[in-house]
Amino acid sequence: MPLLELSGVEARYGPIKALHDVTLTLDDGEVVALLGANGAGKTTTLRAISGTVRRSGNVSFGGRSLGRRSPESIAKLGIAHVPEGRGLFPELTVWENLRMGAYVRGERKTIRAEAPRVLGYFPWLEERKTQQAGTLSGGEQQMLALARALVSRPRLLMLDEPSLGLAPTIVAEIFRIVRELNTEDGLSVLVVEQNAKIALESSARAYVLEVGRVAVEGASAELERHEGVRKSYLGY
Amino acid sequence: MAEFAQQIVSGLASGAIYASLALALVLIYRSTDVINFAQGEMATFTTYTAWSLMHHGMSYWPAFALTLAIAFAGGVAVERVVIRPVERRPELVIVIVTIGLLLTINATIGWIWGADVKAFDSPFPNNTWDVHSVTISVQDVGTLGVCLLTVFLLWGFFRFTTVGLAMRAVAINPNASRLLAVRVGWMLALGWGLAAVLGAVAGMMAAPTVFLDPSMMLVILIYAFAAAVLGGIDSPAGAVVGGLSLGVVINLLSRYVNFVGTELRLPTALAVLLVVLIIRPQGLFGHKVVRRV
Ligand SMILES: Nc1ncnc2c1ncn2[C@@H]1O[C@H](COP(=O)(O)OP(=O)(O)OP(=O)(O)O)[C@@H](O)[C@H]1O
Ligand SMILES: [Mg+2]
Repeated sequence: MPLLELSGVEARYGPIKALHDVTLTLDDGEVVALLGANGAGKTTTLRAISGTVRRSGNVSFGGRSLGRRSPESIAKLGIAHVPEGRGLFPELTVWENLRMGAYVRGERKTIRAEAPRVLGYFPWLEERKTQQAGTLSGGEQQMLALARALVSRPRLLMLDEPSLGLAPTIVAEIFRIVRELNTEDGLSVLVVEQNAKIALESSARAYVLEVGRVAVEGASAELERHEGVRKSYLGY
Repeated sequence: MAEFAQQIVSGLASGAIYASLALALVLIYRSTDVINFAQGEMATFTTYTAWSLMHHGMSYWPAFALTLAIAFAGGVAVERVVIRPVERRPELVIVIVTIGLLLTINATIGWIWGADVKAFDSPFPNNTWDVHSVTISVQDVGTLGVCLLTVFLLWGFFRFTTVGLAMRAVAINPNASRLLAVRVGWMLALGWGLAAVLGAVAGMMAAPTVFLDPSMMLVILIYAFAAAVLGGIDSPAGAVVGGLSLGVVINLLSRYVNFVGTELRLPTALAVLLVVLIIRPQGLFGHKVVRRV
Protein backbone atom coordinates (compact mmCIF):
# COMPACT_ATOMS: atom_id res chain seq x y z
CA MET A 1 0.00 0.00 0.00
CA PRO A 2 1.39 3.42 -0.90
CA LEU A 3 2.14 5.95 1.85
CA LEU A 4 0.25 8.68 0.04
CA GLU A 5 -2.58 8.21 -2.39
CA LEU A 6 -4.64 10.79 -4.28
CA SER A 7 -7.42 9.69 -6.56
CA GLY A 8 -9.77 11.90 -8.53
CA VAL A 9 -8.86 14.94 -6.47
CA GLU A 10 -10.53 18.21 -7.36
CA ALA A 11 -9.83 21.54 -5.68
CA ARG A 12 -11.21 25.02 -6.02
CA TYR A 13 -10.59 28.59 -4.93
CA GLY A 14 -14.10 29.98 -4.64
CA PRO A 15 -15.60 29.56 -8.10
CA ILE A 16 -12.22 28.81 -9.75
CA LYS A 17 -11.45 25.14 -10.18
CA ALA A 18 -7.69 24.63 -9.92
CA LEU A 19 -7.51 20.81 -9.88
CA HIS A 20 -9.78 18.78 -12.13
CA ASP A 21 -8.67 15.23 -11.58
CA VAL A 22 -5.38 14.45 -9.90
CA THR A 23 -4.44 10.87 -9.19
CA LEU A 24 -1.03 10.03 -7.84
CA THR A 25 0.73 7.79 -5.36
CA LEU A 26 3.92 7.89 -3.34
CA ASP A 27 5.48 4.88 -1.67
CA ASP A 28 7.17 4.91 1.69
CA GLY A 29 10.80 5.93 1.22
CA GLU A 30 10.29 7.32 -2.27
CA VAL A 31 11.19 10.72 -3.75
CA VAL A 32 8.52 11.84 -6.21
CA ALA A 33 8.68 15.00 -8.32
CA LEU A 34 5.67 17.05 -9.40
CA LEU A 35 6.34 19.14 -12.49
CA GLY A 36 4.31 21.52 -14.60
CA ALA A 37 4.07 25.01 -16.04
CA ASN A 38 2.94 28.08 -14.11
CA GLY A 39 -0.61 27.69 -12.90
CA ALA A 40 -0.74 23.95 -13.65
CA GLY A 41 -1.85 23.22 -10.09
CA LYS A 42 1.32 21.99 -8.40
CA THR A 43 0.97 24.19 -5.36
CA THR A 44 -2.72 23.42 -5.15
CA THR A 45 -1.96 19.69 -5.15
CA LEU A 46 0.25 20.11 -2.08
CA ARG A 47 -2.45 22.25 -0.47
CA ALA A 48 -5.01 19.56 -1.19
CA ILE A 49 -2.82 17.12 0.71
CA SER A 50 -2.15 19.40 3.69
CA GLY A 51 -5.81 20.41 3.85
CA THR A 52 -5.35 24.11 3.12
CA VAL A 53 -7.59 24.31 0.06
CA ARG A 54 -11.17 23.15 -0.47
CA ARG A 55 -11.05 19.77 -2.15
CA SER A 56 -13.03 16.69 -3.00
CA GLY A 57 -12.01 13.24 -4.13
CA ASN A 58 -9.88 10.89 -2.14
CA VAL A 59 -6.67 11.72 -0.30
CA SER A 60 -5.24 9.11 2.03
CA PHE A 61 -2.05 8.94 4.02
CA GLY A 62 -0.71 5.81 5.73
CA GLY A 63 -4.04 4.13 4.98
CA ARG A 64 -6.09 6.87 6.64
CA SER A 65 -8.40 9.16 4.73
CA LEU A 66 -7.51 12.82 5.12
CA GLY A 67 -11.04 13.68 4.00
CA ARG A 68 -12.34 16.21 6.49
CA ARG A 69 -9.28 16.59 8.64
CA SER A 70 -8.01 20.04 9.53
CA PRO A 71 -4.51 21.19 8.47
CA GLU A 72 -3.41 20.91 12.11
CA SER A 73 -4.43 17.28 12.40
CA ILE A 74 -2.89 16.43 9.03
CA ALA A 75 0.40 17.94 10.20
CA LYS A 76 0.13 15.77 13.31
CA LEU A 77 0.01 12.65 11.14
CA GLY A 78 3.56 13.46 10.04
CA ILE A 79 3.20 15.54 6.88
CA ALA A 80 5.56 18.51 6.79
CA HIS A 81 4.64 21.02 4.10
CA VAL A 82 7.24 23.67 3.23
CA PRO A 83 4.95 26.04 1.35
CA GLU A 84 5.55 28.26 -1.64
CA GLY A 85 7.46 31.26 -0.30
CA ARG A 86 8.88 29.08 2.52
CA GLY A 87 6.48 30.19 5.28
CA LEU A 88 9.19 31.36 7.65
CA PHE A 89 8.59 33.84 10.46
CA PRO A 90 10.99 36.64 9.45
CA GLU A 91 10.77 38.54 12.74
CA LEU A 92 11.49 35.44 14.82
CA THR A 93 15.02 34.18 15.30
CA VAL A 94 16.44 31.18 13.50
CA TRP A 95 16.15 29.15 16.69
CA GLU A 96 12.56 30.21 17.31
CA ASN A 97 11.69 29.16 13.76
CA LEU A 98 13.21 25.76 14.45
CA ARG A 99 11.27 25.51 17.72
CA MET A 100 8.08 26.13 15.76
CA GLY A 101 8.96 23.10 13.65
CA ALA A 102 8.97 21.05 16.86
CA TYR A 103 5.58 22.38 17.98
CA VAL A 104 3.59 19.57 16.39
CA ARG A 105 5.20 16.90 18.60
CA GLY A 106 5.60 18.83 21.83
CA GLU A 107 8.01 21.68 21.38
CA ARG A 108 10.40 21.34 24.30
CA LYS A 109 11.26 17.67 24.21
CA THR A 110 11.24 17.50 20.42
CA ILE A 111 13.58 20.42 19.83
CA ARG A 112 16.01 18.97 22.37
CA ALA A 113 15.92 15.55 20.75
CA GLU A 114 15.93 16.59 17.10
CA ALA A 115 18.02 19.75 16.90
CA PRO A 116 21.42 17.97 16.96
CA ARG A 117 20.45 15.69 14.08
CA VAL A 118 19.05 18.54 11.97
CA LEU A 119 21.95 20.87 12.72
CA GLY A 120 24.18 18.06 11.48
CA TYR A 121 22.85 18.76 8.00
CA PHE A 122 23.07 22.54 8.41
CA PRO A 123 25.97 23.19 10.78
CA TRP A 124 26.07 26.92 9.94
CA LEU A 125 22.63 27.37 11.55
CA GLU A 126 24.27 26.84 14.92
CA GLU A 127 26.10 30.21 14.80
CA ARG A 128 23.03 31.97 13.41
CA LYS A 129 20.61 30.80 16.11
CA THR A 130 19.88 34.25 17.51
CA GLN A 131 19.69 36.02 14.15
CA GLN A 132 16.30 37.10 12.79
CA ALA A 133 15.25 34.71 10.05
CA GLY A 134 14.33 37.59 7.75
CA THR A 135 17.94 38.73 7.64
CA LEU A 136 19.19 35.45 6.14
CA SER A 137 19.92 35.21 2.43
CA GLY A 138 17.39 33.49 0.17
CA GLY A 139 19.34 30.25 0.09
CA GLU A 140 19.82 30.27 3.86
CA GLN A 141 16.11 30.89 4.34
CA GLN A 142 15.23 27.93 2.13
CA MET A 143 17.58 25.74 4.16
CA LEU A 144 16.08 27.02 7.40
CA ALA A 145 12.61 26.18 6.08
CA LEU A 146 13.85 22.68 5.25
CA ALA A 147 15.53 22.34 8.65
CA ARG A 148 12.36 23.48 10.41
CA ALA A 149 10.35 20.83 8.57
CA LEU A 150 12.90 18.16 9.52
CA VAL A 151 12.75 19.01 13.23
CA SER A 152 9.28 17.44 13.31
CA ARG A 153 10.71 14.17 11.97
CA PRO A 154 8.04 13.92 9.28
CA ARG A 155 6.97 10.75 7.52
CA LEU A 156 6.42 12.81 4.37
CA LEU A 157 8.21 15.98 3.41
CA MET A 158 6.53 18.21 0.82
CA LEU A 159 8.64 20.94 -0.77
CA ASP A 160 7.14 23.63 -2.99
CA GLU A 161 9.71 24.93 -5.47
CA PRO A 162 12.73 24.92 -3.20
CA SER A 163 14.90 26.16 -6.09
CA LEU A 164 12.90 29.33 -6.74
CA GLY A 165 15.15 32.37 -7.06
CA LEU A 166 18.30 30.61 -5.87
CA ALA A 167 21.75 30.28 -7.44
CA PRO A 168 22.51 26.90 -9.08
CA THR A 169 25.13 25.89 -6.50
CA ILE A 170 22.66 26.46 -3.67
CA VAL A 171 19.95 24.54 -5.50
CA ALA A 172 22.39 21.66 -5.96
CA GLU A 173 23.24 21.77 -2.25
CA ILE A 174 19.58 21.66 -1.23
CA PHE A 175 18.82 18.70 -3.48
CA ARG A 176 21.98 16.93 -2.29
CA ILE A 177 20.65 17.16 1.28
CA VAL A 178 17.20 15.97 0.21
CA ARG A 179 18.74 12.90 -1.49
CA GLU A 180 20.87 12.23 1.57
CA LEU A 181 17.83 12.40 3.86
CA ASN A 182 16.11 9.96 1.56
CA THR A 183 18.91 7.41 1.28
CA GLU A 184 20.11 7.64 4.90
CA ASP A 185 16.88 8.12 6.85
CA GLY A 186 14.44 6.72 4.29
CA LEU A 187 12.53 10.01 4.27
CA SER A 188 9.67 10.15 1.75
CA VAL A 189 9.62 13.36 -0.29
CA LEU A 190 7.13 14.96 -2.66
CA VAL A 191 8.84 17.86 -4.39
CA VAL A 192 7.22 20.45 -6.64
CA GLU A 193 9.61 22.02 -9.13
CA GLN A 194 9.86 24.17 -12.21
CA ASN A 195 13.52 23.20 -12.41
CA ALA A 196 12.69 19.88 -14.06
CA LYS A 197 16.28 18.86 -14.61
CA ILE A 198 17.36 18.71 -10.99
CA ALA A 199 13.98 17.41 -9.86
CA LEU A 200 14.14 14.48 -12.28
CA GLU A 201 17.75 13.76 -11.35
CA SER A 202 16.81 13.64 -7.68
CA SER A 203 13.61 11.62 -7.83
CA ALA A 204 12.60 8.05 -8.60
CA ARG A 205 9.30 8.90 -10.24
CA ALA A 206 7.60 12.03 -11.49
CA TYR A 207 4.22 13.42 -12.49
CA VAL A 208 3.66 16.25 -14.94
CA LEU A 209 0.56 18.37 -14.34
CA GLU A 210 -1.22 20.32 -17.04
CA VAL A 211 -4.18 22.54 -16.14
CA GLY A 212 -5.13 20.60 -13.07
CA ARG A 213 -4.68 17.09 -14.48
CA VAL A 214 -1.86 14.56 -14.56
CA ALA A 215 -0.64 14.63 -18.18
CA VAL A 216 2.42 12.39 -17.97
CA GLU A 217 3.76 10.08 -15.29
CA GLY A 218 6.57 7.60 -15.01
CA ALA A 219 10.06 6.85 -13.80
CA SER A 220 12.14 10.02 -13.67
CA ALA A 221 14.89 8.52 -15.81
CA GLU A 222 12.37 7.78 -18.52
CA LEU A 223 10.75 11.22 -18.34
CA GLU A 224 14.17 12.77 -18.87
CA ARG A 225 14.17 11.03 -22.29
CA HIS A 226 10.46 11.64 -22.96
CA GLU A 227 10.12 13.78 -26.08
CA GLY A 228 7.31 16.07 -24.83
CA VAL A 229 8.75 16.52 -21.34
CA ARG A 230 12.16 17.30 -22.79
CA LYS A 231 10.78 19.92 -25.16
CA SER A 232 8.45 21.60 -22.67
CA TYR A 233 10.35 21.37 -19.41
CA LEU A 234 13.98 20.63 -20.08
CA GLY A 235 14.37 22.93 -23.05
CA TYR A 236 16.18 20.74 -25.57
CA MET B 1 13.38 70.20 41.75
CA ALA B 2 11.66 67.98 44.30
CA GLU B 3 8.31 69.00 42.88
CA PHE B 4 9.54 68.16 39.40
CA ALA B 5 10.60 64.64 40.42
CA GLN B 6 7.23 64.16 42.06
CA GLN B 7 5.43 65.18 38.89
CA ILE B 8 7.50 62.66 36.94
CA VAL B 9 6.54 59.84 39.28
CA SER B 10 2.86 60.65 39.09
CA GLY B 11 3.19 61.00 35.31
CA LEU B 12 4.73 57.52 35.20
CA ALA B 13 1.84 56.15 37.27
CA SER B 14 -0.82 57.41 34.87
CA GLY B 15 1.49 56.53 31.98
CA ALA B 16 1.66 52.93 33.20
CA ILE B 17 -2.13 52.74 32.97
CA TYR B 18 -2.06 54.09 29.40
CA ALA B 19 0.76 51.67 28.64
CA SER B 20 -1.21 48.64 29.85
CA LEU B 21 -4.22 49.50 27.75
CA ALA B 22 -2.00 50.47 24.79
CA LEU B 23 -0.31 47.08 25.03
CA ALA B 24 -3.73 45.43 24.95
CA LEU B 25 -4.51 47.33 21.75
CA VAL B 26 -1.17 46.32 20.20
CA LEU B 27 -1.65 42.64 21.10
CA ILE B 28 -4.92 42.56 19.23
CA TYR B 29 -3.68 44.72 16.40
CA ARG B 30 -0.79 42.33 15.78
CA SER B 31 -2.95 39.23 15.65
CA THR B 32 -6.29 40.48 14.33
CA ASP B 33 -5.08 43.54 12.36
CA VAL B 34 -7.65 45.88 13.83
CA ILE B 35 -7.90 48.41 16.62
CA ASN B 36 -10.29 47.02 19.19
CA PHE B 37 -12.48 50.00 20.01
CA ALA B 38 -14.20 47.98 22.72
CA GLN B 39 -10.96 47.54 24.70
CA GLY B 40 -11.84 50.38 27.08
CA GLU B 41 -15.39 49.16 27.69
CA MET B 42 -14.15 45.62 28.29
CA ALA B 43 -11.82 47.10 30.92
CA THR B 44 -14.67 49.08 32.46
CA PHE B 45 -16.86 45.99 32.62
CA THR B 46 -14.20 43.99 34.44
CA THR B 47 -13.54 46.86 36.84
CA TYR B 48 -17.23 46.90 37.75
CA THR B 49 -16.99 43.15 38.22
CA ALA B 50 -14.18 43.71 40.71
CA TRP B 51 -16.30 46.33 42.46
CA SER B 52 -19.17 43.85 42.80
CA LEU B 53 -16.88 41.17 44.18
CA MET B 54 -15.58 43.58 46.82
CA HIS B 55 -19.06 44.89 47.45
CA HIS B 56 -20.05 41.35 48.35
CA GLY B 57 -17.31 41.17 50.91
CA MET B 58 -14.27 39.89 49.08
CA SER B 59 -11.03 41.60 50.02
CA TYR B 60 -8.99 43.48 47.46
CA TRP B 61 -6.33 41.09 46.16
CA PRO B 62 -8.50 37.98 45.89
CA ALA B 63 -11.07 40.10 44.05
CA PHE B 64 -8.27 41.45 41.84
CA ALA B 65 -7.08 37.94 40.95
CA LEU B 66 -10.57 36.61 40.35
CA THR B 67 -11.33 39.62 38.14
CA LEU B 68 -8.26 38.89 36.01
CA ALA B 69 -9.47 35.31 35.55
CA ILE B 70 -12.94 36.52 34.61
CA ALA B 71 -11.43 39.09 32.22
CA PHE B 72 -9.37 36.38 30.55
CA ALA B 73 -12.35 34.10 30.08
CA GLY B 74 -14.43 37.03 28.87
CA GLY B 75 -11.80 38.09 26.33
CA VAL B 76 -11.54 34.56 24.97
CA ALA B 77 -15.32 34.31 24.77
CA VAL B 78 -15.66 37.64 22.96
CA GLU B 79 -13.17 36.49 20.31
CA ARG B 80 -14.82 33.12 19.86
CA VAL B 81 -18.38 34.38 19.77
CA VAL B 82 -18.22 37.88 18.29
CA ILE B 83 -15.02 38.22 16.29
CA ARG B 84 -14.62 34.73 14.90
CA PRO B 85 -17.67 34.89 12.59
CA VAL B 86 -16.22 37.99 10.90
CA GLU B 87 -12.54 36.99 11.19
CA ARG B 88 -12.03 36.69 7.42
CA ARG B 89 -14.03 39.76 6.48
CA PRO B 90 -12.41 43.08 5.54
CA GLU B 91 -10.82 44.94 8.44
CA LEU B 92 -13.46 47.67 8.32
CA VAL B 93 -16.13 45.08 9.10
CA ILE B 94 -14.21 43.89 12.14
CA VAL B 95 -13.66 47.47 13.32
CA ILE B 96 -17.38 48.11 13.09
CA VAL B 97 -18.07 44.95 15.05
CA THR B 98 -15.76 46.20 17.81
CA ILE B 99 -17.63 49.51 17.84
CA GLY B 100 -20.88 47.58 18.17
CA LEU B 101 -19.29 45.67 21.01
CA LEU B 102 -18.32 48.96 22.66
CA LEU B 103 -21.92 50.16 22.59
CA THR B 104 -23.29 46.82 23.77
CA ILE B 105 -20.92 46.53 26.71
CA ASN B 106 -21.49 50.15 27.65
CA ALA B 107 -25.26 49.66 27.70
CA THR B 108 -24.87 46.42 29.64
CA ILE B 109 -22.81 48.19 32.30
CA GLY B 110 -25.47 50.85 32.72
CA TRP B 111 -28.16 48.19 32.88
CA ILE B 112 -26.41 46.09 35.53
CA TRP B 113 -24.77 48.73 37.70
CA GLY B 114 -26.59 51.96 36.90
CA ALA B 115 -25.06 55.21 35.72
CA ASP B 116 -24.17 56.81 39.04
CA VAL B 117 -20.52 57.25 39.96
CA LYS B 118 -19.12 54.78 42.47
CA ALA B 119 -16.01 54.94 44.62
CA PHE B 120 -13.45 52.20 44.07
CA ASP B 121 -11.00 51.14 46.76
CA SER B 122 -7.30 51.36 46.27
CA PRO B 123 -5.12 48.56 47.61
CA PHE B 124 -2.43 51.09 48.48
CA PRO B 125 -2.34 53.34 51.55
CA ASN B 126 -3.10 56.98 50.96
CA ASN B 127 0.18 58.31 52.32
CA THR B 128 3.52 59.41 50.97
CA TRP B 129 7.18 58.56 51.23
CA ASP B 130 9.88 61.16 51.55
CA VAL B 131 12.96 60.29 49.59
CA HIS B 132 15.60 63.05 49.74
CA SER B 133 12.94 65.71 50.24
CA VAL B 134 10.96 64.36 47.26
CA THR B 135 7.44 63.45 48.31
CA ILE B 136 6.29 60.34 46.49
CA SER B 137 2.75 59.06 46.71
CA VAL B 138 2.52 55.38 47.59
CA GLN B 139 -0.55 55.20 45.40
CA ASP B 140 1.53 56.22 42.36
CA VAL B 141 4.33 53.81 43.10
CA GLY B 142 1.87 50.96 43.65
CA THR B 143 0.04 51.67 40.39
CA LEU B 144 3.29 51.82 38.48
CA GLY B 145 4.49 48.62 40.13
CA VAL B 146 1.35 46.61 39.40
CA CYS B 147 1.21 47.71 35.75
CA LEU B 148 4.88 47.11 35.11
CA LEU B 149 4.77 43.72 36.82
CA THR B 150 1.87 42.70 34.58
CA VAL B 151 3.74 43.84 31.48
CA PHE B 152 6.85 42.04 32.65
CA LEU B 153 4.98 38.76 33.27
CA LEU B 154 3.40 39.01 29.85
CA TRP B 155 6.78 39.63 28.26
CA GLY B 156 8.11 36.50 29.99
CA PHE B 157 5.13 34.53 28.74
CA PHE B 158 5.74 35.52 25.12
CA ARG B 159 9.48 35.15 25.41
CA PHE B 160 9.83 31.87 27.26
CA THR B 161 6.79 29.67 26.75
CA THR B 162 5.83 27.48 23.82
CA VAL B 163 2.33 28.93 23.63
CA GLY B 164 3.76 32.46 23.71
CA LEU B 165 6.05 31.57 20.83
CA ALA B 166 3.17 30.06 18.87
CA MET B 167 1.10 33.20 19.45
CA ARG B 168 3.90 35.35 18.07
CA ALA B 169 4.20 33.02 15.07
CA VAL B 170 0.46 33.23 14.40
CA ALA B 171 0.60 37.03 14.50
CA ILE B 172 3.34 36.98 11.86
CA ASN B 173 2.07 34.26 9.54
CA PRO B 174 -1.13 32.39 10.41
CA ASN B 175 -1.06 30.19 7.30
CA ALA B 176 2.45 28.96 7.91
CA SER B 177 1.57 28.39 11.58
CA ARG B 178 -1.37 26.22 10.63
CA LEU B 179 0.94 23.98 8.59
CA LEU B 180 3.02 23.51 11.74
CA ALA B 181 -0.08 22.24 13.59
CA VAL B 182 -0.80 25.45 15.52
CA ARG B 183 -4.50 25.94 16.23
CA VAL B 184 -4.63 29.48 14.95
CA GLY B 185 -8.17 30.28 16.10
CA TRP B 186 -7.38 29.42 19.71
CA MET B 187 -4.19 31.45 19.65
CA LEU B 188 -6.18 34.49 18.51
CA ALA B 189 -8.71 33.90 21.28
CA LEU B 190 -5.88 33.61 23.80
CA GLY B 191 -4.57 36.97 22.57
CA TRP B 192 -7.96 38.53 23.23
CA GLY B 193 -7.98 36.96 26.68
CA LEU B 194 -4.59 38.40 27.55
CA ALA B 195 -5.55 41.81 26.16
CA ALA B 196 -8.63 41.75 28.38
CA VAL B 197 -6.43 40.95 31.37
CA LEU B 198 -4.24 43.97 30.62
CA GLY B 199 -7.36 46.10 30.30
CA ALA B 200 -8.66 44.83 33.63
CA VAL B 201 -5.40 45.78 35.32
CA ALA B 202 -5.55 49.24 33.75
CA GLY B 203 -9.18 49.68 34.80
CA MET B 204 -8.65 48.58 38.39
CA MET B 205 -5.57 50.78 38.73
CA ALA B 206 -7.33 53.80 37.24
CA ALA B 207 -10.62 53.45 39.13
CA PRO B 208 -9.51 54.80 42.55
CA THR B 209 -8.59 58.15 40.97
CA VAL B 210 -11.06 58.50 38.10
CA PHE B 211 -13.92 56.75 39.98
CA LEU B 212 -16.22 54.12 38.56
CA ASP B 213 -18.67 55.22 35.96
CA PRO B 214 -19.69 53.67 32.65
CA SER B 215 -17.46 55.99 30.62
CA MET B 216 -14.44 55.96 32.94
CA MET B 217 -12.10 54.44 30.33
CA LEU B 218 -13.05 56.73 27.47
CA VAL B 219 -10.31 59.30 27.96
CA ILE B 220 -7.82 56.63 29.03
CA LEU B 221 -8.56 54.71 25.84
CA ILE B 222 -7.78 57.80 23.77
CA TYR B 223 -4.47 58.22 25.60
CA ALA B 224 -3.82 54.52 25.03
CA PHE B 225 -4.49 54.91 21.29
CA ALA B 226 -2.09 57.82 21.25
CA ALA B 227 0.51 55.80 23.17
CA ALA B 228 0.15 52.80 20.86
CA VAL B 229 0.48 54.91 17.73
CA LEU B 230 3.35 56.83 19.29
CA GLY B 231 5.18 53.57 19.97
CA GLY B 232 4.45 52.27 16.49
CA ILE B 233 1.12 50.36 16.77
CA ASP B 234 2.73 46.97 16.04
CA SER B 235 5.39 47.22 18.73
CA PRO B 236 4.69 45.99 22.28
CA ALA B 237 7.81 47.71 23.64
CA GLY B 238 6.74 50.85 21.80
CA ALA B 239 3.32 50.77 23.46
CA VAL B 240 4.89 50.61 26.91
CA VAL B 241 7.46 53.31 26.25
CA GLY B 242 4.82 55.38 24.44
CA GLY B 243 2.39 55.08 27.36
CA LEU B 244 4.94 55.96 30.02
CA SER B 245 6.35 58.93 28.12
CA LEU B 246 2.91 60.22 27.22
CA GLY B 247 1.94 60.08 30.90
CA VAL B 248 5.03 62.02 31.93
CA VAL B 249 4.86 64.60 29.15
CA ILE B 250 1.17 65.32 29.73
CA ASN B 251 1.67 65.61 33.45
CA LEU B 252 4.61 68.00 33.13
CA LEU B 253 2.91 70.13 30.49
CA SER B 254 -0.29 70.50 32.47
CA ARG B 255 1.68 71.37 35.59
CA TYR B 256 4.24 73.78 34.16
CA VAL B 257 2.68 75.22 31.03
CA ASN B 258 -0.09 77.41 32.32
CA PHE B 259 -2.45 77.44 29.39
CA VAL B 260 -2.51 73.63 29.20
CA GLY B 261 -3.86 73.12 32.70
CA THR B 262 -6.33 70.27 32.96
CA GLU B 263 -8.74 71.26 30.20
CA LEU B 264 -6.22 71.08 27.37
CA ARG B 265 -4.60 67.79 28.36
CA LEU B 266 -6.26 65.74 25.65
CA PRO B 267 -5.60 68.15 22.76
CA THR B 268 -2.02 68.44 23.99
CA ALA B 269 -1.61 64.68 23.91
CA LEU B 270 -2.83 64.67 20.33
CA ALA B 271 -0.50 67.52 19.41
CA VAL B 272 2.47 65.59 20.82
CA LEU B 273 1.36 62.60 18.84
CA LEU B 274 1.05 64.58 15.65
CA VAL B 275 4.51 66.09 15.98
CA VAL B 276 6.10 62.69 16.57
CA LEU B 277 4.29 61.18 13.61
CA ILE B 278 5.40 63.97 11.31
CA ILE B 279 9.01 63.33 12.29
CA ARG B 280 8.71 59.54 12.46
CA PRO B 281 5.68 58.25 10.54
CA GLN B 282 6.21 54.67 11.73
CA GLY B 283 6.18 55.73 15.39
CA LEU B 284 9.04 55.37 17.83
CA PHE B 285 9.48 51.60 17.60
CA GLY B 286 7.31 50.59 14.66
CA HIS B 287 8.33 48.96 11.45
CA LYS B 288 8.39 51.07 8.34
CA VAL B 289 5.71 49.87 6.00
CA VAL B 290 7.44 49.41 2.69
CA ARG B 291 5.04 49.64 -0.21
CA ARG B 292 6.18 47.75 -3.23
CA VAL B 293 4.63 48.83 -6.47
N1 LIG C 1 -5.46 31.88 -3.82
C1 LIG C 1 -5.95 31.67 -5.06
N2 LIG C 1 -7.12 32.22 -5.43
C2 LIG C 1 -7.63 32.02 -6.67
N3 LIG C 1 -7.03 31.27 -7.59
C3 LIG C 1 -5.86 30.70 -7.30
C4 LIG C 1 -5.25 30.87 -6.01
N4 LIG C 1 -4.09 30.19 -5.99
C5 LIG C 1 -3.98 29.63 -7.21
N5 LIG C 1 -5.04 29.92 -7.99
C6 LIG C 1 -5.26 29.46 -9.38
O1 LIG C 1 -5.25 28.04 -9.37
C7 LIG C 1 -4.54 27.53 -10.48
C8 LIG C 1 -3.42 26.63 -10.02
O2 LIG C 1 -2.50 27.40 -9.26
P1 LIG C 1 -1.24 26.79 -8.51
O3 LIG C 1 -0.71 27.86 -7.62
O4 LIG C 1 -1.59 25.50 -7.91
O5 LIG C 1 -0.24 26.56 -9.72
P2 LIG C 1 1.30 26.16 -9.70
O6 LIG C 1 1.43 25.00 -10.59
O7 LIG C 1 1.79 26.03 -8.32
O8 LIG C 1 1.95 27.43 -10.40
P3 LIG C 1 3.36 28.16 -10.13
O9 LIG C 1 4.38 27.37 -10.84
O10 LIG C 1 3.18 29.50 -10.76
O11 LIG C 1 3.56 28.23 -8.67
C9 LIG C 1 -4.05 28.75 -11.26
O12 LIG C 1 -4.94 28.96 -12.31
C10 LIG C 1 -4.13 29.88 -10.27
O13 LIG C 1 -4.41 31.08 -10.92
MG1 LIG D 1 3.16 27.06 -7.16
